[in-house]
This record gives sequence, C-alpha cells and structure tokens, in this order.
Amino acid sequence: MSDIKLRVFRGQEGEGELEEYEIELDEGMVLLDCIHRIQHEQEPDLSCRWNCKAGKCGSCSAEINGKPKLMCMTRMSDIIEETPEDEIITVRPLKAFPHVKDLVTDVSWNYEMAKAVAPIKGPEEPDWKFSQFEAKRAQEFRMCIECYICQDTCHVLREYKKFDVFGGPRTMVRLANFEMHPMDQEDRVPEIKDEFGISYCNITKCCTDVCPAGINITDNAIIPLKERVVDRYYDPLKRIWRTITDKASGNTTRY
Amino acid sequence: MSDYETHDYDVIVIGAGGAGLRAAIEAARSGAKTAIICKSLLGKAHTVMAEGGAAAALGNADDRDGWKVHFKDTMKGGKYLNNWRMAQIHAQESADRIRELEQWGAVFDRTPSGLINQRNFGGHTYPRLAHVADSTGLEIIRTLQEKGIHSGIDIFMEYTVSHLLQDEDGTCTGCVAYNRVDGAMHAYSSKSTVLATGGITRCWSICSGSWEYTGDGHALALNAGAELIDMEFVQFHPTGMVWPPSVRGILVTEGVRGEGGVLRNSEGKRFMFDNVPEMFKGDHAETEEEATEWVRQVVAGEKASVRRPPELLTRDVVAKAINKEVAEGRGSTHGGAYLDIANQRSAEEIIAKLPSMHHQFRELAGVDITKEPMEVGPTAHYVMGGVRVDAESQESTISGLFAAGEVASGLHGANRLGGNSLSDLIVFGKRAGEYAAKRSTDIDQPKLDTKQIESAVKENLEPLNREDGENPGRVYDELRDMMQAKVGIIRTESELKSALTELNDFRTRIQNTSSGKSMVYNSGWHQALDLQNMVEISSACTLAALTRTESRGGHTRDDFPEPDTGMWSHTTNVVWKDGSEIKIRQEELSQPPEELEELLDRSKKEA
Repeated sequence: MSDIKLRVFRGQEGEGELEEYEIELDEGMVLLDCIHRIQHEQEPDLSCRWNCKAGKCGSCSAEINGKPKLMCMTRMSDIIEETPEDEIITVRPLKAFPHVKDLVTDVSWNYEMAKAVAPIKGPEEPDWKFSQFEAKRAQEFRMCIECYICQDTCHVLREYKKFDVFGGPRTMVRLANFEMHPMDQEDRVPEIKDEFGISYCNITKCCTDVCPAGINITDNAIIPLKERVVDRYYDPLKRIWRTITDKASGNTTRY
Repeated sequence: MSDYETHDYDVIVIGAGGAGLRAAIEAARSGAKTAIICKSLLGKAHTVMAEGGAAAALGNADDRDGWKVHFKDTMKGGKYLNNWRMAQIHAQESADRIRELEQWGAVFDRTPSGLINQRNFGGHTYPRLAHVADSTGLEIIRTLQEKGIHSGIDIFMEYTVSHLLQDEDGTCTGCVAYNRVDGAMHAYSSKSTVLATGGITRCWSICSGSWEYTGDGHALALNAGAELIDMEFVQFHPTGMVWPPSVRGILVTEGVRGEGGVLRNSEGKRFMFDNVPEMFKGDHAETEEEATEWVRQVVAGEKASVRRPPELLTRDVVAKAINKEVAEGRGSTHGGAYLDIANQRSAEEIIAKLPSMHHQFRELAGVDITKEPMEVGPTAHYVMGGVRVDAESQESTISGLFAAGEVASGLHGANRLGGNSLSDLIVFGKRAGEYAAKRSTDIDQPKLDTKQIESAVKENLEPLNREDGENPGRVYDELRDMMQAKVGIIRTESELKSALTELNDFRTRIQNTSSGKSMVYNSGWHQALDLQNMVEISSACTLAALTRTESRGGHTRDDFPEPDTGMWSHTTNVVWKDGSEIKIRQEELSQPPEELEELLDRSKKEA
C-alpha cells in the first residue's frame, strides 16, 4: 500500500531516544502490527509485550503520540488522521512505571497491590443465588484487562509518585468489585481508606477517559467507595448511632 | 561456564493459564511447596482470550442435562477417539469445579432464579456453558489469579522454561528456564513437574492463539522422551475474522451462533442445512422455521421442544462447510461466510450478550454487528493432540512429569466441543496439581545435575553468539505460511510430504538466526528459541497427519475424504522421539465399559 514512518523509543532503564523506522503499511493494520513488522524486518531485539492482539489481555499498552493506549486496538488509519501532517507518530513506553527496555516497563507494583487486597469471603455453601442485576454491578469491574493505562494516566501516580500511599484506579476497581459483590462479607472500608488511600483521588476522571474496557471507573467504582468511607468515618449522625449500638465493626454502612 | 541461580520446589507448574493456575492452587492446598513459571505476566495467558463459556452439566438452564448427556456429547463430538475415562471424569467433575470458581469470586451470568446461567453451544444437547457475556476466559483466569496469589505460590513471571531435567532413569527432576526480562538463567529442582503450557496454533499463519502458543510443553515432553498422541487433530475454528488482513484469524465466539446467529453464503443461502453429516442426521432443525422457533424458545427461557439450528453443528463440520462454500465460489467479499446476528436479535440483546464481539468488529473492522453481518472463516484454534497422560493423575509416560489442559491429550478425541476446554482446564488442572503434590510427599528433593544444566544454558545462549544470520521473525513468518499452505484444514499426501521436507530445511535455518546480543527483553532471542519448539511440533503434527489415511474430526484428507470404518475408527497415533528422530506407531484405543457404552449414540456412523 504505502510507507509510513514511526518514531519508537529505544533504550534501557530510561536512557535512550526515539528512533525512526519506515515500514510498509497494509490495509487495516494496527500499531502492534507495525511494531511486529519492525521486529521481523529490521530490529529483532526491539522489546514490546503482547499476547492476544485482540484487546483482551492488556499487555501491549504504550503511549502513542503521548496518549496511553493498547497498541493492538489502535488502527493506523485513525492514528494517521489524528497526527498533524508535519509530525511523525511517536510510540513510547508507559511513563508512570520504571523503564526496562524499549516499550517494556516494570509493572510489578500493580501485582503487589493486587496481593494486598483481601480475597473474597463469601458463604461456604455452594450454588450462590443472586440476580443478573446484582451480578452486573460487579461484572463491570471484572471486565478490567489490567493494561494499567489508568494507573499510567492517574496524576497521583504519574506526576506525584504516591505509590506508597495510593493504590491507583486499578486497585479501586478491584476493591469496588469485591465491595459490590453480592456475596462478599469482608469489611473493606478501613483498607479502602487507609491502606489504599482513596482520598488521594480528586476525581478528575482521567482514568475513566482512557479505559479501553470502557469501565466507568470514577462514577461507578471510586465515588461509591468514597461515599462508603465518608459514611463510615465522617458522618456525625452515623458515628453517634454506632457508639450507641456498638456496631462499629459491622457492615452498617452498606447499601 | 555461565552463572545460573538454583531453586528447590516440591511442585513446579509450567504455565499460568487456567490449567496451570488451577494445578498450582491444588498443589499448594495439598501442602506442597509450589512455584509457577510462566512466559508472560500473570493473567495474560491464552485462557484470557476464551469467550463463549465453560461446559458443565449444572442443569441450571435445562434440568434434563446431567453428566451422562455431557459424556455422550463429548464422545460424539470427538468421533469416539476420546479417552473414555477422561471424558467421564470431565463430565462428572466439571460442575463442581465451576461452583468452586463462583466461591472464589467468579461472577457468572445468572438464570432468572439467580443461579449460574448456561448457554447453548455446538454439539451440546442442552444449554450447558457457564459464561460471562463473551469474555468467560477473562473471568476464569482473573478468578484463578486472585485465588492463586493468596495461596502461597511463588510465581516466576516472564520466565521461559527451555529444558526439562531428568535422572538416569528418565524421571523428571526439574527444569531450566531463562528470565525474559534480564536474560538470567535459572535451574529448578522439583519432585513433580506439571506442564500447563497450552497449545501450538502459532505454527499456522491464520490462528487465534496468543504469542505463547509455540508448542513449548509439547516439545519439552517430546524431547524428554514422553509420548504424544492425536497430533494430527487440529481444530480449525469455523469463525475467525477474515477482514482486514491484519486481524485475520482473531476469534469470533461460537456464542454468536449459540445466541441465534446464522451463516449465509454470497447467495444469501443458509448453507448449513445442506451440510449435516450422517452421524448428526435428525439431530438438527431441517427448516428455517424450525431453527427460528428454537431461537425464539431459547431466548424466551423456555426448554427447547424443537431441534437446534444446523449452525450449531460441531466446529469441524461448520469449518469444512465454510471452506467448501468459499472453494466453490460462494464466499463472502473477502473469502469467508457471512455470520448474521443483526437480523436475529435486537441491538440491546447483542450488546448485552456479545459486547466484546461488538467492540472488536467496530474497532478493528469498522463493522457494526447490530446492523450488518460479520465476515468469518476458519482459523487454527486448538490442538486436540498432546502429551499422553493417565486419566486419573494426568501423569505422562515419564515419571514425575504431569500435563493438564491443552498440552495434554485424550479428552477431546478427534474434535473438541466448544466450552469443553475451559472446563478441561479446571477439572484436569486440579487433578494434576493434586497428584503432583501427592507424588512429592514420598520422595527426596532431586539433586541438580550440573552437566545437564550447563549444556542447557549453553544452548539457550547460543543465538546471542551468532552474527549476520537471518532475522528469526522472518523464519517464523515463513514457517507459519508453510504450515498454513500445506498442513492446513484440508490436507493431501503430496503436500504433507513436501511439508516434512521443508521442515527439515527450517531445522537448519533456525540454527542460523541472529537477533542481536542484548540479554534484556530481547524479543528476537526469545523467538529464536521458541522456533525450535515450533519446528519440532509442526513435524510431529505433519507426520501424524500423513499417517492417518482418512478424514475425521479435525483432520481432513482430500485424498481420503471419508471416515474409515475399519482400523482408523479405533486407532490412535502415538508419536515419540528416539534420539533426534520423531517416530510414530499406531495403537488400539481402549473402549468404554458396557455401562458407559450404553450411554453413547453410536448407531449413526462417525464423520
């Protein structure tokens, strides 16, 4: 068809620069196809993660013209259209995480966060009963493909590096999943507040805007969780009520 | 000699898809010191791509279902070449494994009464697939991942296992792996080793598999002297995307047909009505009216009283029918068939039931499936063949080496039913983990054999020392094109023989690739090593395909178009390695005992 130029970040542990590649472009190609073509025709040691090439695994996240996206779901025709004519498309690794090489970053912190969230605790008897309506609420959060694009975008992590006090949007989505699971009996409000620092989120909705799975992270996960924290810790009437009834450890704020 | 780090475990599980995670969870639960070694990040394995659902006779959506019907359907779908005992265990245990997933956090779609809902799929008599819209694989891998990280399992992410270690008797004593991130070498001593590496479909250029599907576990087992069976049986899923070229092969879930989608050719004809094989005669609707009524009943949540549409025939049958339409000049614009759900269900229903299909076609092909038909065609999707295992324990023919999931063989016979893979992973993953842990309690920690490890490390580093060779990516592309052309959905003796010759040339070429010297996340280096497995396993598959002179399930020979009613109807191909040579022999298949034979529906001849 035609040729296309791309500038791809090459280098290790943050040191490196954008290198220019020219490749042949066929109809319908996505950016990941271009990266593979560079690997197979020019630079076999170019590093990038990928697995499914169908937007289901969340491996091939990168910053394309400065915006974090899945390379497998970014059609070249769209990206060419949005790139000004005198500019060349750029592909960089996610900025929020420690750089490894080329387009690969060290995302292990996200796995530590996952482990820090207590697992589901439901009834021991099998054949749980709940409605599709109830299922749907948790299912939205379970559509997360762990591409960490939300984490990369969140300024609390990206700019302010609050990795030690804030779990980031992905962790909030996981917490919301369990918290709104119809059978979960764990009291998660204290850890949402203290361990995962939900108050650091000031609901700018950047994470929601970039989520490739279309999860309404801010409105459906973070805000309801914030409300539960506020109800538990900052609602004066409820505090008095709890003192009277001595139910401080119960799930009195659930709705 | 290069450095390497050493580790001791009771149980090592290689692979972190559904089977690997389930095996590791069970091994750890049994008290074994357990580790997982996996090529990708956790949660990214090929299981994540499964869409339609997991088959289990829960009987929630239709109480006429039960393990006996599931057993019958699985055997019939496999054209009776299945290991009957595995088919029985699978049918009996899958329901409990699904219920268990629910308690570990999986949120399946619900029936009106609030239980796990089940959907219809090809070859299943009743609605049987527990599902989450069309992203069931994601749900299952995430659930197992969340369970696994709290089970005390050590996880080595982005490590590739390159060699198995063995003692003088051949018993598996551990493995050698390299860390893909920094290139460091690692040697593991393990009392039991479980292969859960998935499949081989990356050997074909049109495929639905992830990058990991380079036949690693198949090759590790073969190189260690284990037997593989049924390697000629490769499932070409009938509905992969066909346009644009860069997405060719990406899976379109069978759930589209399960939800009422119909297949038409360029003349607008529903050709599946004319493609019902002898063994399925009378099982399916014979008119469009009957098929439409079935969809109406199912959508309304009624028990179906009429027969299902012929689009829900088994995958091998539908794939070959699409192939025939295209070959005879009745294909869609880009050489497939039209799959239409837009005229069968409302836009809201389509988006609720098939959200990821809707998204995938809109984003990648510019097609709105609520308004227009999809173009679909066959894509290499699954290998029924693999490591020969004991039905109860999943132990291979090598002591201490177990296999579960797609890398193992026997359950699916000549053709796998949709939905039987996700349930296979959790049923036999659990058993492999359980028996691997059991074995580890009786034996001492194996000693690491320095000589074997050093030789493995040397082989792994070899590609980094080569200069001016071919780009491994180029060899990879050409190998896949060759397999697609010569060992594809329709096979002939002359092409299979020519493929074997070409594979010998590839064997030489892969020894001469070069990919730069960096040990840090060097994709070319990893590919150079993966290629060795791909060539080995492509050879095993081609040899088995050449030997089976009939057509059955996932193996179709243009020169022997009919199923053999004689020897091949009860014979298995066994492949193993003698030195560097791949050998093949035939073995009589064990037949089910009388009480199980009675459940089968063998009166109609297989196809």
